Amino acid sequence: MTCDAPVPAGAPAEPEWRAHGPKRRSTRALRVRTSAALVAATVLAVLLVPPLVQLDQQAVDLAAKLQPPSWAHPFGTDDVGRDLLLRCVYGLRVSLLVGVAAALTATVVGTAVGAAAGALGGWADRALMRVVDTFSSVPHLLLGIFIVAMFRPGVWPVVISVALTHWLSTARIVRAEVLSLRSRPYIDAAVSGGASRWRVAVRHLLPAVLPQAALAAVLMVPHAMWHESALSFLGLGLPTHTASLGTLIQGARGSLLAGQWWPTLFPGLFLIVPTLAIAGLAGAWRERINPRHRSELML
Amino acid sequence: MARLAGRRALFAVPVLLVVTFGVFAIAAASPFDPVKAYAGTAALGADQQTLDRLRENLGVDQPFAARWWHWLTSALTGDLGHSGVMRQPVAQVIGERLVWSALLCAVAFAAAVLAGTLLGVLAARRPGSLVDRTVTSLAYTLEAAPVFWIALLAIWLFALQWDVLPAGGLTDTGSAQVTPGQVTSHLVLPAGVLAVSQLPWFTLYVRQGVGDALAEDPVRGARARGLSERTVLLGHALRSGLLPVLTLIGSRVPELITGALLVESVFSWPGIAAATVEAATAVDFPLLAALTTLATAAVLAGNLLADLLYGLFDPRVKLSDM
Repeated sequence: MTCDAPVPAGAPAEPEWRAHGPKRRSTRALRVRTSAALVAATVLAVLLVPPLVQLDQQAVDLAAKLQPPSWAHPFGTDDVGRDLLLRCVYGLRVSLLVGVAAALTATVVGTAVGAAAGALGGWADRALMRVVDTFSSVPHLLLGIFIVAMFRPGVWPVVISVALTHWLSTARIVRAEVLSLRSRPYIDAAVSGGASRWRVAVRHLLPAVLPQAALAAVLMVPHAMWHESALSFLGLGLPTHTASLGTLIQGARGSLLAGQWWPTLFPGLFLIVPTLAIAGLAGAWRERINPRHRSELML
Repeated sequence: MARLAGRRALFAVPVLLVVTFGVFAIAAASPFDPVKAYAGTAALGADQQTLDRLRENLGVDQPFAARWWHWLTSALTGDLGHSGVMRQPVAQVIGERLVWSALLCAVAFAAAVLAGTLLGVLAARRPGSLVDRTVTSLAYTLEAAPVFWIALLAIWLFALQWDVLPAGGLTDTGSAQVTPGQVTSHLVLPAGVLAVSQLPWFTLYVRQGVGDALAEDPVRGARARGLSERTVLLGHALRSGLLPVLTLIGSRVPELITGALLVESVFSWPGIAAATVEAATAVDFPLLAALTTLATAAVLAGNLLADLLYGLFDPRVKLSDM
């Protein structure tokens, strides 16, 4: 039913909800540009600071321990006098590496399972989706804790435990996409042209699914970083000599209880800012490849 | 209704069987050795014969499938094994601690639902306004913030700087009894942090639901009839906007458990989530296996609740069709 009556005065103007006016557009562009700048800054800092800056992040200076933020140490120093800004950059580097490795593994597994389920159909589809349902009925952090506890904390158990709990959403997305693609005319054309199942899957279905899978992978990186930090914080993650952001927050607990807030605050901010920036960029990307989802929530 | 619940509960049984089997399979594939874990440092000096005898006594010389079956059958009679790190039977650990976890999660979740509804409605009322933009960006920031980090900063602010709330535990140190007053004051901080970690999701969904409902024809019709803004907002928009959110509540159990794992550890809250972390640090397999199973059962129960609420509250869904 359409109603062309003017909106009563005093009521919130309805079109504002889906406003695409010039003002909205400019704030959106600003958000995308800020996100892009922050992601670029993160990647550059993580890639360039360690080789270019000849500073030792482990350099202990007991004379300068637990100093509040100052010009010499913008983030202050920790309980043995190490510079926190440098420690945070190195921690972000480790967290980001673990996050990217876990997200890539999870995306490969999820895409393979989802594509197989969607393309094969029938009982194979049902069985694979049962596996997905079973995996998602165990809380993810708990499964991660269990795997890391059994295999001893370390880089690979953490990557594998994060990957094992994150491929489920990708599998569901890819399966849904393949199911909707299967009935398209160009697939029928390929099949009637004599293409094998394998050829249809690899040459026709997979390329069409890749943008969605790549978007899911990008959105998964902050999730994976969050998981790694939580495990490291609980003492079930990375060893202290490969300090990540979670290990830094865990190590700062003693100083926090003595009243020093900076060793806890800054590693957390280093986790939040890239997460928001990546989410902002991925949101813009999603709007571009799928404008219908513009108003949908993204968490 | 009861038949539907029963049928859905039956579907949960195979999932639980597979999860427990998977737990034993992962343990069997891992370098974890139950004999050495049982004997501790004594295993270092023991000769192979003693270790083999111990292995036989513990029953771990059998294949993991046989051990799984043994665990499952004795679990059904209430015997979940012995926890090494807690030095008491696993069933007793769960019995003593479950009530505290349930209290923490229930209070936190209720607070998150109430505050989330309030903030979501406030934000949806005037889309694009200052209130809306503040609430939305705050929600996204909180969603990105790790809950253990928020917990630590909350301890710093409330327990150390202002000294208004205790930093952790269930009772004051030196107190022999658990009194309701002490529990309440110790509950505020952990429950508040857990609520804050669940708040963003709820706020954003209520905002979306109510905002969409405000743009629909029934609301326009209510306004055209001259109903007050309050009636329109609470009676029409909130009622239909909250519906999809209410049905999703049950599916939030995994996130609640994840949050509880971290919050209980930070605040030394004596619940089962903190026990899980302790069990993992000490590689206490019997306790870890039981708690993983329990958490899975809680998730499945949450899913069942979500399905039932969906059928109860949405008049378009017939229970007989589900």
